[in-house]
Amino acid sequence: MKVLSKIYMAFIFFFLYAPIFVLIIFSFNDSTTMSRSVWSGFSLKWYTKLFQDGMILDALRNTLIIALIAAIVSTVLGTAAAIGIGGMNKWMRRVTMNVTNLPMVNPEIVTGVSLMLLFVFVARGFGNVSLGMLSLILAHITFCLPYVILSVMPKLRQMDPHLYEAAQDLGCNPVLAFFKVVLPEIMPGVVTGMIMAFTLSIDDFVISYFTSGTTQTLPIFIYSMTRKRISPEINALSTLLFGTIMVLLLIVNLRQSKDKKVEENMMEEA
Amino acid sequence: MKKWVAALIAALMMTVSICPSAFAAGTDEKPAAAKTGVTINVYNWGEYISNGVDDTIDVNKEFTKKTGIDVNYTTFDTNESLYSKLANGGANYDIIVPSDYMVSKLIQEGMVEKLNFNNIPNFKYIDKQFLNPKYDQTNAYSVPYTWGVVGIFYNKKYVTEPVDSWKILWNKKYSGKILMFDNPRDSFGIAQKLLGFSYNSTNSEEWEKAANLLKEQKPLVQAYVMDQIFDKMSSGDAWLAPYYAGDAATLVADNPNIGFSIPTKEGTNFFVDAICIPAGAQHKKEAEAYINFLCDPEIAAANVDYIGYSSPETAAKKLLPAETVNNPIFYPSESILKKSETFVNLPEDTNLLLDTLWAEVKMGGPGQTATLVVVLGGFLLLYIGIVVYKKIKAKRELQ
Repeated sequence: MKVLSKIYMAFIFFFLYAPIFVLIIFSFNDSTTMSRSVWSGFSLKWYTKLFQDGMILDALRNTLIIALIAAIVSTVLGTAAAIGIGGMNKWMRRVTMNVTNLPMVNPEIVTGVSLMLLFVFVARGFGNVSLGMLSLILAHITFCLPYVILSVMPKLRQMDPHLYEAAQDLGCNPVLAFFKVVLPEIMPGVVTGMIMAFTLSIDDFVISYFTSGTTQTLPIFIYSMTRKRISPEINALSTLLFGTIMVLLLIVNLRQSKDKKVEENMMEEA
Repeated sequence: MKKWVAALIAALMMTVSICPSAFAAGTDEKPAAAKTGVTINVYNWGEYISNGVDDTIDVNKEFTKKTGIDVNYTTFDTNESLYSKLANGGANYDIIVPSDYMVSKLIQEGMVEKLNFNNIPNFKYIDKQFLNPKYDQTNAYSVPYTWGVVGIFYNKKYVTEPVDSWKILWNKKYSGKILMFDNPRDSFGIAQKLLGFSYNSTNSEEWEKAANLLKEQKPLVQAYVMDQIFDKMSSGDAWLAPYYAGDAATLVADNPNIGFSIPTKEGTNFFVDAICIPAGAQHKKEAEAYINFLCDPEIAAANVDYIGYSSPETAAKKLLPAETVNNPIFYPSESILKKSETFVNLPEDTNLLLDTLWAEVKMGGPGQTATLVVVLGGFLLLYIGIVVYKKIKAKRELQ
């Protein structure tokens, strides 16, 4: 039985990661054309081409700038909102949580179209300016917010509410108490929320498609390649992104386990 | 905890800041023109301009260097998404590159500006046969960018007979190995040519006949696809596929077994992608300078060399390698071109009819829809039955 369950696990992981491995392997394919199905030797040429291609790098830069700003702003706003919601009475909290969850269950296309209509309406008021970076960032903050709130809320609930009062008793003013006591307690939730917001923003297509105006993000750029065919440069780029995120996650996890060990040691000493 | 968050942010900041410098590192020999501070917004097809990879010309960068006008270059995937972007507002483009029928639609709806050809002296390089096309009969709104024809890709290993008629796509011998376009006008076009009708027919009977022919073909078709054609053909999954000739080069180079042929018996679709300026463009003069730059034979040659489609300029053709110019895939003979036809915009009711008929072809018509409804209704009844049964059972157990 144990063997069977292990085989089952292996299959699950295989199906989860096989596409990514195929993508990585074909980023090293040495084909003169753009074949994605015939292997013809190892080469790094798609990587060199990638770094010569200003259009892809432009799109990547836009995507990263938007994701970064959207992640930071939505984390700050979301954490503040979560703390505010945490302080509400039961009935109000329920209503507010439902309202914030609404954008998550709302089909993306509805969010996208309605945001576009709003932005176009406002843009007309400002003398028919083009949508672009600003409207994209605003849209991304909007759809990232509920995810941040949702990941911070449980941490807040786990926290002993008297900690904050105790900090104030011991001489902290409210601001200091928040930064010294509350924030470190809910930090894992905040970080998870931020990473989630960042990744959601990077790969969002539908909402960006409607609100992008004359700015192009990476997913839109890749989608526009579909009449011809998607260049293996995109495989190379995806490999690099995948690698970077892997390394970041590894660092995060190692750090966390180290922190835990330090804490345990301190407990033992005490 | 805080430290590594900072580190994470720093790492991301680095990637962001490295990106622009990576491609700004190219060597600049020619002195650049003074910046004018104007940025034009260009909306073109994906992978449709020479981008500077492998020592080719980076057209947009060259343009900025020469004129001091910055280019914000973005891409779209279909004429329809271009249209919806323009119609929705909020995006002020200065240059767009729609195909033939979309050009005529945009002209009819007043969504493009008349060009000032005094600002486009390089227009003189455009060959005569591309002037005053059907989609822009006075040639006031558009400048042709590239053109091409539709032909059939086939796998020489399995298809040994000559491919000179669209009829081969109805041959039962190749059942399950045939691919078709996943867009209505190209697919219907094949059936229309086979029946001897015009692509731009407004006769609903002709459209229905074409639809019937496509329905007849449906059991033989493996899939209705666009860019998956490349993978399916080169891996041998499919043997016959109609597609745009300009994309042939890579496919043929990829797999020597793949041949390309233009059905000479009935003629084919001759398509043009043209450069236009949308109505209300904020930098019309700069946009015309950009069009002029694209018409420069050297730039036009670099672009078609990258794209794989054909150039409407003889002067540009002279700069291309001889094997490209003499290749009938890229530059088919006059006689084929005379037999071929361009799309123009269809009237609204014909477009509606086309959409319904296309849905019928792909879904299988009202007959199959009825079966689908019956099957779904059956499942619903079964589900309700189970729920009711369980309720009754639970009630009995309680008693």
